[in-house]
Amino acid sequence: MKYIEEFRHEDTAKMLAEAITTAANPERYYRLMEFCGGHTHTIHRYGLPSLLPSNVEMIHGPGCPVCVLPMERIDKAIALANLPNIILCSYGDMLRVPGSNKRSLLQTKARGADVRMVYSVDDALHIAQRNPQKDVVFFAIGFETTTPPTAHAIKQAKALHLTNFSVFCNHVLTPVAMDSLLQTQQQEADAVNLDGFVGPAHVSIVIGSQAYETVSQKYKKPIVISGFEPIDVLHSILMLIEQINQQRSEVEIQYTRAVTREGSLLSQSLMAEVLELRSSFEWRGLGSIPNSALQIKSAFAEFDAEKRFTLPDTKGIEHKQCDCGAILRGLKKPTDCKLFAKVCTPENPLGSCMVSSEGACAAIYAYGRGSITA
Amino acid sequence: MNTVIELPRRIKKLSGPKLNIKHGCVELSHGSGGRAMAQLIDQLFFAAFDNEWLAQKNDQACFPVTTGRMVMTTDAHVISPLFFPGGDIGSLAIHGTINDIAMAGAKPLYLSASFILEEGLPLSDLQKIVASMAMASRLANVSIVTGDTKVVERGKGDGVFITTTGIGVVPHGVSISGDKACPGDHVIVSGHIGDHGVAIMSLRNNLQFFTTIESDTAALHNLVHHMMTAAPNIHCLRDPTRGGIATTLNELALQSHVGFMIDERQIPIRTEVNSACELLGLDAMYVANEGKLLAIVSPEDSATLLTAMRAHPLGQDAAIIGEVIRDPRCFVQLKTKTGGIRMMDWLAGEQLPRIC
Repeated sequence: MKYIEEFRHEDTAKMLAEAITTAANPERYYRLMEFCGGHTHTIHRYGLPSLLPSNVEMIHGPGCPVCVLPMERIDKAIALANLPNIILCSYGDMLRVPGSNKRSLLQTKARGADVRMVYSVDDALHIAQRNPQKDVVFFAIGFETTTPPTAHAIKQAKALHLTNFSVFCNHVLTPVAMDSLLQTQQQEADAVNLDGFVGPAHVSIVIGSQAYETVSQKYKKPIVISGFEPIDVLHSILMLIEQINQQRSEVEIQYTRAVTREGSLLSQSLMAEVLELRSSFEWRGLGSIPNSALQIKSAFAEFDAEKRFTLPDTKGIEHKQCDCGAILRGLKKPTDCKLFAKVCTPENPLGSCMVSSEGACAAIYAYGRGSITA
Repeated sequence: MNTVIELPRRIKKLSGPKLNIKHGCVELSHGSGGRAMAQLIDQLFFAAFDNEWLAQKNDQACFPVTTGRMVMTTDAHVISPLFFPGGDIGSLAIHGTINDIAMAGAKPLYLSASFILEEGLPLSDLQKIVASMAMASRLANVSIVTGDTKVVERGKGDGVFITTTGIGVVPHGVSISGDKACPGDHVIVSGHIGDHGVAIMSLRNNLQFFTTIESDTAALHNLVHHMMTAAPNIHCLRDPTRGGIATTLNELALQSHVGFMIDERQIPIRTEVNSACELLGLDAMYVANEGKLLAIVSPEDSATLLTAMRAHPLGQDAAIIGEVIRDPRCFVQLKTKTGGIRMMDWLAGEQLPRIC
């Protein structure tokens, strides 16, 4: 497979792993956060921890859209799905995340609600066109990667004069979350001090590398935007270690085959046309962060499910022992959680991090247990 | 034991109008036990499966029993879509059950076929499916000797569900079982993985993409016979259908109380399958196969077995992909292409619903 196999090659991986070992100063420790769940997945799927020297530690970040969505939003989606005459569509992972009382959208479907898994928001739009007598709601989640398609679908729905399509918007913003994470870590005494970030791949295609420049300068942290293949990640780790050794804190692009400094202007203007900042949004693990999420502009209000339907005031009751919050902030590892692999498994997930394929707990459970429990 | 059964030469047909196969569809009366049902059975099923046991027109098939250990298995087929590149639900229903028998090292002898038809299914589709079953069973030299038909109301089925049950005989001295894997044994896969699952997914409503990949659906009993002639002491055989090779290896690990270390670089996989999996975010290790098997054999026998498999058309791409290791946790681990080691765990939930 062209452009994929080259980025998984063992010889290149070995070469990079050796270069990392040579570059890493044995006198110190390197704590690097991979912001994206996609990177967490790659790291464990390809067994990268076994290739890294022991003083380079990878810490997973909050970049898993399914994981950071607070339970009260899932409860709202479930309430929407239970309304009469509704078809609720969302991405696969989202359907499995438990809401309060361990009830997920899939279980809601099993009890009679019309909940459908879609691969893209376009599918939801088509479902609306094919079912004019039904109200189709797209449960939109994700960072800036999935946001432009949502904005496009809303524009499309308006152009088509669709009266039975709306979006329950839960899109969140990456650089703001990074800022919040670093700010809390400055304030908390027991917080892990991060030395740098492996920056998001697909998100950065949309927002460009310049979107991280402020946060990188403000907290003096190097950020290397990395592709999602294992060679990309190893290369980015090497670039980060070099920056740290040279006491630089810059935003660099490793994923040069896709990311530019400006990003995709078309996507950015689409988002700006249809969506605007929310004054505040609750994140699982990170709490309430100002200006960290998007909502639908009033010009498109008829496509906003939050305005179209009366949603119940849900609270979201998390499992008391679930450590998803601390795990999403990099304070704990999945294996530190008392529930991990005992009560909480992919078949019976208690927290969102065990559900999504991008979730840290799911990644460690699926790929990493061989070395943990040996 | 050698009862001679008198058999009529030809199936006597019920008089009455011909089924309108071109434009007709399955109706509730086709399952009601009356004349319509008898016509459907006569004109469609008997005409296609035509054999001496069906010709007896009894509610059961009566056949002589040979000595040895008998093997029996059953498999329900609910695939959607009914027709796909490389096969259809009919051929799949025959191959699936024959393969389950063959994996015990047995020679498959007889099959039963039970149909649940949904009201409204075009008779032309049903005829195509039945013809495909007849062809598959004839090529495999295994007869469908008894069957059943039920019709459910529109909306209560998915066109057609087919359950096949098979009977076979294990030759004396053969003892192949999932609990016989020993540390040090080699793991062989008979060919490219993931073809069936990807072919099916390419046709799904919400996924449709173009691919030249065809399902690998095939009856494996001849390959197994060929393998057993070359290496009579095969420890385990299993066809990695639902859940792919990852799931099958996890099953075998638990049954034999061992672990596996699999080398990703050795696993035969087509570029197209790899690309489709990348695109859909799937792991080919968990994608279904319908014409592949995994064999576990002692390291002394593995080279001979591999050569024999590669000499057979259904095993020409066979490869040794790993070995059995001692592991009380029964973990299946994978040496990745990138050189790291990771778990290859049981599948959590489903990759996609109903692909076999």
